[in-house]
Amino acid sequence: MKNIIKTLLIGIICLAVAGAGNAFGAETIVVKGSTTVLPVAQATAEAYMAGHPGINISISGGGSGNGIKALVDKSTDIATSSRFIKDKEIKLAVEKGIFPVPHRVAIDAIVPIVHPKNPVNNLTIEQLSLIYQGKIKNWKEVGGDNLQIVVVSRDTSSGTYEVWEEKVLHGARVTPRAQLQASNGAIVQTVSRNKYAIGYIGFGYVNKNVKTLKVDGIDASVENALSGTYSVARPLFMFTNGWPTGVTADFINFIVSKKGQEIVTKEGFIPLY
Amino acid sequence: MPRKLKEAIIKNLFLLFALASLFVLGLIIVFLFLEGIPIFKVVSIKNFLFGHLWYPTYDPPSFGIWSLIVGSLVVTLFSSLIAVPLGILSAVYIAEIAPPIVKEIFKPVIELLAGLPSVVLGFFGMAVLAPWLQETFDLPTGLNIVNASIVLAFMAVPTISSLSEDALYSVPQEFKEASYALGATRFETIFSIIIPAALSGISTAVILGMARAIGETMVVLMVAGGAAAIPESIFDSVRPMPASIAAEMGEAPFRSNHYHALFATGIVLFVLTLGFNLIADYVSHKFKEVGSATL
Repeated sequence: MKNIIKTLLIGIICLAVAGAGNAFGAETIVVKGSTTVLPVAQATAEAYMAGHPGINISISGGGSGNGIKALVDKSTDIATSSRFIKDKEIKLAVEKGIFPVPHRVAIDAIVPIVHPKNPVNNLTIEQLSLIYQGKIKNWKEVGGDNLQIVVVSRDTSSGTYEVWEEKVLHGARVTPRAQLQASNGAIVQTVSRNKYAIGYIGFGYVNKNVKTLKVDGIDASVENALSGTYSVARPLFMFTNGWPTGVTADFINFIVSKKGQEIVTKEGFIPLY
Repeated sequence: MPRKLKEAIIKNLFLLFALASLFVLGLIIVFLFLEGIPIFKVVSIKNFLFGHLWYPTYDPPSFGIWSLIVGSLVVTLFSSLIAVPLGILSAVYIAEIAPPIVKEIFKPVIELLAGLPSVVLGFFGMAVLAPWLQETFDLPTGLNIVNASIVLAFMAVPTISSLSEDALYSVPQEFKEASYALGATRFETIFSIIIPAALSGISTAVILGMARAIGETMVVLMVAGGAAAIPESIFDSVRPMPASIAAEMGEAPFRSNHYHALFATGIVLFVLTLGFNLIADYVSHKFKEVGSATL
């Protein structure tokens, strides 16, 4: 009994000391915002912290809007966003003496995929939109075999879904009959085994088990995404208050460095160069 | 330390441990309701429960979980249709018919099935069962009600089987002896005497097995297909409530309407499983045999 109490006490003291060490010994920067940018921020922060002991980067999601709100409230050093800042937000920020500066950190491109045996090679944005709304129901309507189309989509909270909704559906609702998968990997798995299916995934998840489709005749390649000709793509941003200095600047420089962009690629996004 | 004091300390310590689990459960329930109820400021209870459209992230959003409730009920019902006969009959076989050696093998194997992580079963459903179903029945998708029901049945069978078996074992020996003495055959004894005498225990087993199926998350997330629509055939995809919560909670902004709606879905799920448990409790008391048959 006595021993147990002693062990517990020692444990608590250790935890307290460790906690205090973190709070006082380290410089902390806060990153808040888009869930789409979250994996990039997370992975680059881990690599950065590994190389810079004593610096602590705290990262949370919550959505692009919340990130920018936090920047305006001065409750974050970096706001991540999967869209550019809105006019209304800039106005609000300037009123409070905040000057948001955008930094492009990666490009997010979403690619439609089908089973390798599907003869369809190209779909227009219009066709993709109608398929996802459940208005085109058979592959023969878009030049394929006489097979029902099985629409595979992401859960509505995912960033991938958000791009698809914005760039392809233009706000229209996905048919409730659409299948839902919880990750890019699960969509690849489903589509690679189903010749009826169509799905969409982040550029980095494409593998040889699925066939990518051209959108409006344009290949989803790194070059086309970078030049902006491939339409289902968007840049991802980090916003800072004024031009960043100190650790914040160093961290953003790290993300856009060659090493940081390699991590971006690994996370399934398109690097800036 | 005086003995009396020591006794008192130990007694209260145990009380504390017992209270801890009650306290945790209480906290979870309070939290569940606190986080779920705010959604009813945005949507009425009726529209939430019986609305057909689940579009939580659109503008304007629709928070109707009827298709999710139907999805949960449908897969639970069909998995019960498979698991109940399988579970009860295997329990009868193990408890009454099987020779001891076979029993020694069957019992642990069925219990092993209970120990399989659900993600493994889900992967089996996704990678093996789905392509097979799709090819055999020429379906547009193998991720559907039938697939989910089969995999959920695998999970419910061990629960139903081992609890039914306990119920069968606790039927007093005198019942069997009396039956044999009257000239009944073994099967007449099993079906007319033993099973009816164990019925309350078996019903409890069935209901707890169903509760297991309705609350199961990983399997339905992986193999039910996830379409938030009322199914029209048993080969349609559905999205049971746990799958919806698991898929969306990770990225629903904290304390947003979507977040509250997911917690409210959790309340519905909680009420359903609570209902199952209350029914199980009621059945096991109501149909309890008295006298030497007390189970």
